[in-house]
Amino acid sequence: MQTHEDHPRPARNDLVHREYWDLTYVTGPLVFLGNGERFPTGAMLDLVLDSGERRQGQVLEASRSRAVVQVLQGTHGIDVKRTAVSLRQDAARIAASKDVIGRRFNGVGDPIDGLPPLVADIEIDIGGAAINPVSRDKPSDFIETGISTIDGFNTLVRGQKLPIFFGAGLPANELASLIVRQAATQSDAEEFVVVFGAMGITEREAAFFLRSFEEGGRGSRVVAFINKASDPAIERLFTPRCALTIAEYLAFQHDCQVLVVLSDMTNYCEALRQIASAREEIPGRRGYPGYMYTDLASIYERAGRIRGKTGSVTQIPMLSMPDDDITHPIPDLTGYITEGQIVMSRGLHRRGVFPPVDVLPSLSRLMNNGIGEGLTRKDHRELANQLYACYAHGRDIRKLMSIVGEDALTALDQKYLRFAESFEAQMVGQGHTRRAIGETLDLGWQLLSIIPKEELTRINKDLIDRYYSEIMENGVPSPYI
Amino acid sequence: MAHSEHPIVGNLTLISGPMVAAGGMLGVTMGEIVRVGNARLMGEVIRIDGATAYAQVFEDTGGLYVGEPVEAMGDALSVELGPGLLGGTFDGIQRPLESLRQASGDFIGRGLTSHALDRRTKWHLVPRVAPGDELTGGTVLGTVRETAGIEHRILAPPRAAGRVKRVVPEGEYTVTDTIVELDGGAALTLMHRWPVKQARPVARKLPPDRPFLTGQRVLDCLFPIALGGAAIVPGGFGTGKTVVEQTLAKFCNADVIVYVGCGERGNEMADVLSEFPALNDPRTGESLMNRTVLVVNTSNMPVAARDASVYTGITIAEYYRDQGYDVAVMADSTSRWAEALREISSRLEEMPGEEGYPTYLSARVAEFYERSGRVVCAGGERVGSLTLVGAVSPPGGDFSEPVTQTSLRVTGGLWALDSALAYRRHYPAINWNRSYSLYFAELDAWFDEHAPAGWIRQRQTAMQLMQRDAELQEVVQLVGPDALQDNERLILEISKMIREVFLQQNAFSDNDAFSSLEKSAGLLEALLAFHDACREQLDREVSLSRILDLPIREDLARLRDVPNEAFAERTRQVIEAMKTALAELTPKG
Ligand SMILES: Nc1ncnc2c1ncn2[C@@H]1O[C@H](COP(=O)(O)OP(=O)(O)O)[C@@H](O)[C@H]1O
Ligand SMILES: [Mg+2]
Repeated sequence: MQTHEDHPRPARNDLVHREYWDLTYVTGPLVFLGNGERFPTGAMLDLVLDSGERRQGQVLEASRSRAVVQVLQGTHGIDVKRTAVSLRQDAARIAASKDVIGRRFNGVGDPIDGLPPLVADIEIDIGGAAINPVSRDKPSDFIETGISTIDGFNTLVRGQKLPIFFGAGLPANELASLIVRQAATQSDAEEFVVVFGAMGITEREAAFFLRSFEEGGRGSRVVAFINKASDPAIERLFTPRCALTIAEYLAFQHDCQVLVVLSDMTNYCEALRQIASAREEIPGRRGYPGYMYTDLASIYERAGRIRGKTGSVTQIPMLSMPDDDITHPIPDLTGYITEGQIVMSRGLHRRGVFPPVDVLPSLSRLMNNGIGEGLTRKDHRELANQLYACYAHGRDIRKLMSIVGEDALTALDQKYLRFAESFEAQMVGQGHTRRAIGETLDLGWQLLSIIPKEELTRINKDLIDRYYSEIMENGVPSPYI
Repeated sequence: MAHSEHPIVGNLTLISGPMVAAGGMLGVTMGEIVRVGNARLMGEVIRIDGATAYAQVFEDTGGLYVGEPVEAMGDALSVELGPGLLGGTFDGIQRPLESLRQASGDFIGRGLTSHALDRRTKWHLVPRVAPGDELTGGTVLGTVRETAGIEHRILAPPRAAGRVKRVVPEGEYTVTDTIVELDGGAALTLMHRWPVKQARPVARKLPPDRPFLTGQRVLDCLFPIALGGAAIVPGGFGTGKTVVEQTLAKFCNADVIVYVGCGERGNEMADVLSEFPALNDPRTGESLMNRTVLVVNTSNMPVAARDASVYTGITIAEYYRDQGYDVAVMADSTSRWAEALREISSRLEEMPGEEGYPTYLSARVAEFYERSGRVVCAGGERVGSLTLVGAVSPPGGDFSEPVTQTSLRVTGGLWALDSALAYRRHYPAINWNRSYSLYFAELDAWFDEHAPAGWIRQRQTAMQLMQRDAELQEVVQLVGPDALQDNERLILEISKMIREVFLQQNAFSDNDAFSSLEKSAGLLEALLAFHDACREQLDREVSLSRILDLPIREDLARLRDVPNEAFAERTRQVIEAMKTALAELTPKG
């Protein structure tokens, strides 16, 4: 949806510049036209107001007697008599070329960095076709983020979609920027690109992200689509699609390893709800439309790898949970689509633990593909399972203790309690230091030494003999990797 | 074909997402396939209002203009049934995904058509009928070896009847070659077509009295369903629905698996495609893919095709059932299908029922599950079965929602997944207090005869222990573990071992992903024997803490990771050692 005000493109057919004056109805972000036969569904329209102001619309529904059009910049100030409508493009397309790297655009793909519009190699429909499932390649390349709760317990792999769920006020952006920075240093500089899609975030947040992406010296490897809180809400529906279209283009036509950060998906969903209510659709849970699952899937499924291609699209959507509620429709539907989730905890944050990731509700569904002998380390899977089990049990004991008091606990229970405390303080609360995966796993073994060996039945005996004993004897991180 | 002389061609009057309307369609029938627009997208008629037909479209409708042509195609949505389905991967309307890839590359294009069954492949047919034979629907015309494990029985189409006039000799034929001619001139081929929304006829239903075995201890022992039964697997996101479906597809005792990926992830399908060909069917030793048909309509593929995908899947399954096989359908997730119904219904502006779902949701769900069953097949004395396992994705993990509730009423098994268990990595996260099976009465005779001795009694003991454990846990939560007697604390300990050693089963473990009936029974037997022996010691006034300190507990816990083959021997040793160790605790004299 490149604007071409300065260089109008030649008309594809005589319809392009024909103007129509038949607006019949205006409601919320929608306008209705009195005839639906002129434009195809999905077409992009120009609406020119009496003042000369130009806005963009998209045809959502068409029948003989009407076309329903969503206006990206809102309908404020539009009247039915003096608004001219014309066809802009038969579908929402974005210009793509390799020069897109380093550029900044608004939420619908118009440049905001003062540079001229991109000279397009190709124009791509931002709706995006589905990757044929038989063309998909299994994502299995471990991305070392340096963060123990992710690398050790919820491993991220290239081509995965792994969102971060957080409550208001939690340091999610810091976590995301850490991940991006570490992922960048791991890749070949030439091929790594961050595509950033910002939906309705504050000026300050946007600045934070851009600065942090650039700090790694990778500023020139960032493509940003930025719709701020003060920008038109309906434009947000286009932002992730623009970002992902460029991401797919770079990954699958130029062999780039693309990391897409989308923030904040909750604002995207609000915009979706706004359209649905203006269309008087029957609302689903909490007023969100019944098709929100399908709509979100059309975004999140645009991650992955393709057989025979070296590039990949990895997605880290950021999503603020209204009222810290993980069963709210936005995180709920997201979790049903993405390949796991990283969940932040207010409790840990209050206790000063950074990054405050609660590993229990967190999950990486692709973890098994990316870990083990030859990828990370042989003991990784079983060790993580065992640590999970011990930590979950320790948390249960902590809850129990708050009811019955510490004295009522058995000696073993007290060990589990101490384990949970140490796990949170040391494993989770690593601060801003970066940990190699080997260090994370060694620390795991050290923490396990709090628990009697006989309890560790989730780990194969050979591994225990090799790692546990080693650490009990030496008390220092083992050199294995 | 009904309209071949007077083709019905109308024009689009409305385009609203996956739903369109066209005028000038007088004569079109409900359920008929239409080709929509110049791109000839495939759709299905779902409402008729005079000359206007409403259709759900199985492809993306973007770019259509009002006024573009809509052609009625005469047939209802049908699938091709014949050799070549096994090992295949199809979309919701049975187009092979590989053909789509060849046609449009790595991203799926629109308006593509492709036969489900390859027209060039030649199959070696051994005829089974002779001129003069009377045949009816379901008569076996001949056989074809479709894969090493499956002999494909070529069936006369359900509505066929007549006397055989001519039969081709044994030899190589394509699916469209005529192999049998009937007296009236009817020509039968290796394949036939069948409308997916209509259940294929059977001679009669049989009681479901054989177990659908899964190699999953919690299911086989505590909540088994029958071959021909139906169960649902509801659970919030990340609780393990897909892993259950995939694990059953790998290890269950069906001959043929139809796996329907409905509105779920593309990578999960890629997973199956990369994993199954390399895995062997535990019963035949053949590649798992050779007994599997995949029907895939991922969440980002057109929503209306989700509706088609579940019907396509179950019709293919019925076809193999009719050949006399035990077939299992894994549908992941039925909720996405229900949501597709809801979306189309709301576009039609139908009066919504609960949570916006159409009022006919329960009827559709019931019809679907009613297609399961153990049957005597039409046209012969073959017995086949169709088992259905449907994943359900309740919003917020709350089972009170319509899809879960509706499905519960028409199925006999509930395998309830629980987020709390999943969070602590207790897999499979099947909640033993909440789940149930209604098939015990029918299955007990089989287990009595075929399962290791004591199976039913052990199951009951385990269930009672778990029940007692739940009650005691409540006490502990109120007043702490100190308030319990030693024998009560023993129950907590044993239940914990049952949970961790017996109920938990890691789907990614080399030795434990599949647990034979013998292993399952042996493991439970060992744990219960430990309980008995401990109780004996408590009666002799040995303190519980001394018992629990015994290292033999660890050996018991590690029994789970012993491979199926070595299991019996190792269990005997451990039980032996356990008894000795406990006996030594008894005070002398
Ligand atoms: N039986 C199991 N053994 C080991 N891991 C499991 C098992 N069941 C589930 N998991 C873990 O849980 C994750 C989520 O399971 P999945 O079946 O994808 O959930 P759902 O389909 O309910 O969203 C898996 O990626 C896997 O890591
Ligand atoms: Mg799933």
